[in-house]
Parts: sequence; C-alpha cells; structure tokens
Amino acid sequence: MNDAILPSVIEISGLSRKFGDKLVLNQVSLQVPRGRVFGLVGANGAGKTTLIKHILGLLKAESGSVRVLGFDPVADPVAVLSRTGFLSENRDLPPWMRVDELLRYTRSFYPRWDSGYAEELRRQFGLEGTTKIKHLSRGENAKAGLLLALAFRPDLLLLDEPSSGLDPLVRRDILEAIIRTVADEGRTVFFSTHLMDEVERVADDIAMMFDGRVALEGSLEEIKRDHHRLVLRFDAPPAAVPKVPGVLSIAGSGREWTVICNGSRPEAVAAMARLGGRVVAEETPSLDEIFVARAGGKIA
Amino acid sequence: MQLHISTGDGVPIYLQIAQQVKHLVASGRLAPGDELPPIRVLAQQLLVNPNTVARAYLELERDGVVVKRHGSGTYISEGGSPLARKEKLKILAQRADALLTEAGHLEVTLEDLLQLIQERYRSLQPYLNS
Repeated sequence: MNDAILPSVIEISGLSRKFGDKLVLNQVSLQVPRGRVFGLVGANGAGKTTLIKHILGLLKAESGSVRVLGFDPVADPVAVLSRTGFLSENRDLPPWMRVDELLRYTRSFYPRWDSGYAEELRRQFGLEGTTKIKHLSRGENAKAGLLLALAFRPDLLLLDEPSSGLDPLVRRDILEAIIRTVADEGRTVFFSTHLMDEVERVADDIAMMFDGRVALEGSLEEIKRDHHRLVLRFDAPPAAVPKVPGVLSIAGSGREWTVICNGSRPEAVAAMARLGGRVVAEETPSLDEIFVARAGGKIA
Repeated sequence: MQLHISTGDGVPIYLQIAQQVKHLVASGRLAPGDELPPIRVLAQQLLVNPNTVARAYLELERDGVVVKRHGSGTYISEGGSPLARKEKLKILAQRADALLTEAGHLEVTLEDLLQLIQERYRSLQPYLNS
C-alpha cells in the first residue's frame, strides 16, 4: 500500500441513501485531501451522521461509492478502522469500566497505540485512571472518547459533532486536538458540526449540506473570496423587499439593505442599481452569514 | 504577542493575524529583531488552523514586515519604518471613514467637521505627546 499515490483520504461519489421513502443522502460527492482539516456543516437532519456512518462502513452504499484511505470501508473494515480515530456524537463508552481499564482494553485493538501519548493526553485532559466511566461528567466523557481516538495516532481523525453540548473549555481541548493532529505531518481530520465558528477557525476545506445534498464544497479561502456582503442604500425606502436576481439573501428595512451574493456579484450590483440601490459597503461575509444565506430561510 | 481572533465579522483569519501584527509593529509593541512565535505554537494559542498562521506569516513576509531565517524562525524585519508610517495612516484612514460617515448621517458639513478637528486639536494639544 503506497500512501503517496492516494489522491484523497476520503473519496465519495454519487452516494445516495434512502430510509423508507425519505432520501437522506442525495448524490453526495466529496473529496477529502490528505493532511487537511475538512469541516462538514449542516443543520440537524441534513444527513451528516448518515454520511459519516458510510465513511465508517456502518452503512453500505445503496448507490455510488465510498473509499476511505484507499479502501472500501464495508468490504475491508479492518483496513479502515485500524487507521481511523472516531469520536461519535453518542458517547458510547462502556459505563462499568474504569478509565485505566478502558485504555488497556482499547490499546489491545490497535498495534500502533502509543502508551506515552495516551498518558500525556490523560494528564492533559485531567482524567483520573481510577474513575469509572459512568462517573465521568459529560465533558470528561467526551475527552475520554477523544483520547481513545487520538492515542494510536490515526491517519484519519473523524469527529461527529464533537462539540455538541459541551462547555467552552472542553470545546477548546477538542479544537486543540484537531490542530495538533493536522500539524503532525500527513494526518487528516474530518469533522461535522453546526458551529460555524469552529469551522471558520480550523477548517481548510468545507462542505455545506442541506436536505441530504452537498450545496457547497471548496476551500474555506475560496468560498470566502467568492461570497460578498454588500450594504445597499436606496434614495427612498423600497415599498417591498427588493427582488434582485442572483443574490442568495437580502435583509434589511428602510433605506439600508444587506445582500449576500456569490460569483454573480456584477450582475447583482447592476440589477440593484436599476432598482435605485447603490453599494455603500462591501465586505467578506462570515461563514455563518453564508450558511444562513444558503439555507434560504430554512434554518431558524 | 497578544492577538485576538474573531469569526463573527467575516474578515479572513489570516488577514486578522497579519493586520494585528502590522498594528503591533506600527505602534512599537513589536520591534525590529523581535521573534514571532512558531506557526504551531501560535496556531494552538489562537485555536486556528496552522495553515492559516503560515498564510499570515507569508503575507507579512511579502509585505516586508517579517523575515524568515532558515532553520531559526520568523523575525520582525529591520527598517520597517516606511511601512509603519503607511500602516499608521491606514489605521487613521479607517477612523476617518467612520467619522465622515457619522458626520454624513448627522448632516454635518466637511467644513464644520474640519473646524471641529482644529478646535479639538487646540484644546487637546497640551496633553498630546510629540
């Protein structure tokens, strides 16, 4: 297995999945390049967890294909799972075990387990070896799960909503772990979240999912460069919300309105000029604004 | 070196880092020869992607604010003064824009505004250094 010839760590093409009548994944295609942090963003129910289950080989592709580290995760689960550190959204650690027992138990599955690193992380995360899992707080439980996912130095770190329901201190530990993992040469991180702040901080590449589809994929830098936030001023307040073709969203009141648009900026500016609006400010929108604009009001 | 990253206002993070370092140089809080933290260290401290910090350092290097020394680190370059002046004016230009916009909203003319600045200068002059 020559790692150098692998084009991407995760390659998904044309993946669709139905649960009953509901199309949960609709022609999803993604490429996760090696050595980068990939952020998957979407509202609850957009299909993020279902997609991650396909990456782990817990679900078989109904149509389309999934390759992880060059393998089919359903046909060759050991090849994928032995190199993938996974932190699930449901903290499903065995409650009756002590932290030190859990570490010993888990290391037996991973030839590459690094006991020194595990011990360093245990101390850094403030976990006592003698504490039973069921007595850990929510944050400690997440940190224990993260420790297990990191301690064998996986090629791919896969995190499903790692920050959900956690306090800022634990979220900080998780972000630090992501940064540290990617700073180690060659490692790749894939994480899903609905917290745009985290994606904007740590992701190199992102994909936005809505209703089972990937609506936007690319490097964070490209995406931010291609989207514009324009503040418009009208000489007289428009009677209704101005209808401008080619913009993703428009909001405001009175004489001042804010528009989010992407590549079609010149057309949008021309159309707004015809309605009597002129651009008084132009800035790069935050990822949050892009997400909300793309969601088209579907997200509260 | 204390930097503050905000993700709410849309300014790309590498630009925030580069601009804040420039401000620190312009205000004299970073002096020629001072060393910037290694990319990994600053990335962990600010909780941002290491590639983003690398991008900011590259930007600063292109603008002549810092120099990379092989196998050693990134340092504030000597003779940053012409740029420092440019940066100082850039900071003030942002304030001036805000002031002019505010004056426009309040329907205060440019003449009145300039006169006000003169007046304020005269009354503050004893307290302004240099």
